[in-house]
Amino acid sequence: MYYTCICMYNPQRGGRRCNESIRSVENTKTKKMSAVKLESETMADGVSQLQKQLVDYTASLFDEAFLDEQFNQLQQLQDENNPDFVVEVVSLFFKDSERLVDELTKALDQQTVDFKLVDKNVHQLKGSSSSIGVQRVQRACIAFRDCSEEQNVEGCLKSLQHVKHEYSLVKNKLETLFKLQNQLLAAGGPLPR
Amino acid sequence: MVTASATASASASSSAAPILMGWDGDEKPHVLAVDDSFVDRRIIEKLLTNSACKVTTAENAHGALELLGLADGQQNFGNTVSKVNLIITDYSMPGMTGYELLKKIKESPTGKEIPVVVVSSEHIPTRIEKCLEEGAKEFLLKPLRQSDVNQLRCHLMKLGNPSDEGMVCMGR
Repeated sequence: MYYTCICMYNPQRGGRRCNESIRSVENTKTKKMSAVKLESETMADGVSQLQKQLVDYTASLFDEAFLDEQFNQLQQLQDENNPDFVVEVVSLFFKDSERLVDELTKALDQQTVDFKLVDKNVHQLKGSSSSIGVQRVQRACIAFRDCSEEQNVEGCLKSLQHVKHEYSLVKNKLETLFKLQNQLLAAGGPLPR
Repeated sequence: MVTASATASASASSSAAPILMGWDGDEKPHVLAVDDSFVDRRIIEKLLTNSACKVTTAENAHGALELLGLADGQQNFGNTVSKVNLIITDYSMPGMTGYELLKKIKESPTGKEIPVVVVSSEHIPTRIEKCLEEGAKEFLLKPLRQSDVNQLRCHLMKLGNPSDEGMVCMGR
């Protein structure tokens, strides 16, 4: 029996050897069978490219101090039982932070600023930033706290702007990070640890 | 951290599952974690379940006292939890602080035997001292790591087990 065409999946896993065996047989019909290499090599390339992109992007976030070691700790907590742990906790952080920023905006907008309230909210924001590992936001909160301790309204308003700025930067970065992770998972690749 | 028990494990790597010391297979230690931050509650819960503990969380001291059946004038005991082997509480919480919660627990005849650990994002020596004086087993700095939580297992109270008398935990 002769086949007109052979489709080989995954040249990396014996497909190449298979092809060589076919080409080395005496029978010309077999020898000249066309062989179609399926896309798996390209697929593997695609996955490793995405992995590299993700690793590089993550490294840049650490280099630029958007993230620190605590974020690594959170990633280590993610496992098969809780595959979305990091996204879940970061989403909680986003929700909580946006609420706290609103409270702070309101508090600083009052005729008489309640600095105790400001301090309480900044403390909470600093705490959750530290728990997530978003270092630049945490640092901005520390500076904010100094101003609120001095009861310096001007300083507090500037600090709030800075916090909002750092928060929106890191939110963007994290959303991009999660998008890259999803792309990698969709392409069948495992997330780098 | 070293325990004096004969089955002491060598300092466990932070990623390895901690050795269950004296706990029966099915009986997971029950930890009550108190923190007003959503983010921190979720994280501590994960750290504890990774350390093979059953976890109940409370978002403030009053809620914690209710779960323990220790709230002032508590009438309804329907929501109380059974057999808490360890309490971990944040220091800074609105209303009642972790320190005040610690005091309340230590003042109660049923609560005082339960080991309490206080955590805080701020390193303030006077704060640490007063918590330890009031009977906290440890005072830890946030953010907590898996290794911190694994080490807390030596504080877990095994209810009604006299063989625990010999176990000693060295401080950090």
